Amino acid sequence: MARFFVKHTLFLLLTLFVVSFLVFTLNEFSPGAVARKLLGAYATQDQVDTLTKQMGLDRPLLVRYVDYLGTVATGDLGYSQRFKLPVKDVIWKHLRHTALLAAIAFACIVPLSMLLGVTAGMREGSRLDRAILMFSTIVASIPEFALGVFLASVFVAWLGWLPGTATLLAGGGWSVPAQLVLPVAVIVLFDSGYVVSMIRASMVEVMQRPYIRTAVLKGLPFRSVILRHAVRNAMLTPITVIMLQINYLVAGVVVVETVFAYPGFGRMMLEAALFKDIALVEAGALVAVFLAVVTNILGDIAYVLLDPRIRA
Amino acid sequence: MSTPATAEVLSASPPAAARVRARARWRRRLDALLASTPATVGLAIVLAWVVLGILAPVVAPYPPNANDLGALARPTPSTAHWLGTDQLGRDLLSRILWGARPVLVIAPLAVLGAAALGSLLGLSAGYHGRWISLVITRACDIVLSFPVIILYMIILAHFGSSAWNIIGVLTLTKAPIIARIVRGMTLDLREREYVAAAKMRGESALYIMFVEILPNARGPLLVDMCLRTGYNIVIIGVLGFLGIGLPPPDPDWGGMVKDTYGMMTVWPHMSLFPCAAISSLVVGFNLLAVGLREIGLRD
Repeated sequence: MARFFVKHTLFLLLTLFVVSFLVFTLNEFSPGAVARKLLGAYATQDQVDTLTKQMGLDRPLLVRYVDYLGTVATGDLGYSQRFKLPVKDVIWKHLRHTALLAAIAFACIVPLSMLLGVTAGMREGSRLDRAILMFSTIVASIPEFALGVFLASVFVAWLGWLPGTATLLAGGGWSVPAQLVLPVAVIVLFDSGYVVSMIRASMVEVMQRPYIRTAVLKGLPFRSVILRHAVRNAMLTPITVIMLQINYLVAGVVVVETVFAYPGFGRMMLEAALFKDIALVEAGALVAVFLAVVTNILGDIAYVLLDPRIRA
Repeated sequence: MSTPATAEVLSASPPAAARVRARARWRRRLDALLASTPATVGLAIVLAWVVLGILAPVVAPYPPNANDLGALARPTPSTAHWLGTDQLGRDLLSRILWGARPVLVIAPLAVLGAAALGSLLGLSAGYHGRWISLVITRACDIVLSFPVIILYMIILAHFGSSAWNIIGVLTLTKAPIIARIVRGMTLDLREREYVAAAKMRGESALYIMFVEILPNARGPLLVDMCLRTGYNIVIIGVLGFLGIGLPPPDPDWGGMVKDTYGMMTVWPHMSLFPCAAISSLVVGFNLLAVGLREIGLRD
């Protein structure tokens, strides 16, 4: 287990290094870029050069990168030009909002896709299986923004039951829970389509194993064959896939956040990238990669805990 | 799986007979494909969009960027504009038909790029082993661990978005996935007799990788490329929707939704029709992939 942690921590550090270096180079390769961004389009070249020298941006790229790493290591992530706040505060605030959205969505995705995936996979080729497979294929095929538009046109434009935006502000007469319904619904539909097909495939494979036939032949009720013997084994492969969804939920929900004007991490990154808010882009990329790699590791740990053969 | 390379070398039949046999093999595959309902439906949807995209200059009733200012007062579907017009009075049907073209060129090109780069990486990693394998798999892991959408935002916001830049980022981010698949298959295939035979003949490593190993890995690769094309179409749409996709004014399905979804409560048709277009095309590719996988399992 110690080896496992050392190996994964090293990979995490390596990934963070590579990513931070690439993003840093991309943003700050040309020496004048940062000062130009800070001063705006109307500053003279003289002013840009002076600020570049003052900030030490005329030093070689590698020197500046090491300097940057040093500052980040002390916990100072810089100042966001777009939000006029320290980067740490901006990221923390948006990450909290996304975590709320992701947590509710995750709490729906896991039971729903387990139910559908196990039901479909326990009798391969049955009419129910075909129906669930078709449903999950189609739902996972529709881009999130299209799903958002479809749902919003029914529940917002036509029926008027729900609000079309989820700004988390109390204004507009809609409560926060009502605002969250549509974004969560889009994420759950889109994401569970994929997870369902994974669980189904794994379940189909498990149902062909000899121990399932033994359990059926010794007269166990079908229900307990499924619940006691099949499900636990069928969840082994999908558990890593499920853990990977956390990664998607944190960083990939930018589309859903944009559709519903939700003040989350993904939309913050989009704004930062479009506004060329360099400090925020650099710090945000690090946070996103950190979360991605950590959920990956958690997925591996969950796999080990579920499968005693690996643990031993 | 059969080993056509060795079979052909051993039988050394005249070219005509080989051609007849090849045709019969394709015939069999097509029959198998059409026997599967999802594959047939998927193929029909994809082909319909390809034909509509190619014929767009002929079948589209209006030029894609022409404004009909008279229609602005009532942009909803009518006899003059079957699907209505958008917020600038441009005919939606024409824009959707023309919008099929960039998607159907960029997505497959990016898949081909990713397949080429991914196969090269995967074959090298699987065939050579040791440190080449280690470097390649680690590099792929790093790209894969990065949330891609954030990568797209950073790169495209920095370099500006054009068709070539989109093809570039899609190729770079999809190649590691293909490399992983190809590496797995190479590890298995390199132990086969025909690889040993080729080594004995003194063939170069490149020849063995691309002529002996890659053709025998094509089954799963084809299914994956079909899926990837669907995903790429989604991503092109998403990029357009986020405002970092193909530049206006030429029609792009995602961009059309971005420009109009704010008016959804008043004129839902403006964003609904482009959404339906992109969804149907992706569903088509994914159904085709489901069908291809079924055939693969039956072989």
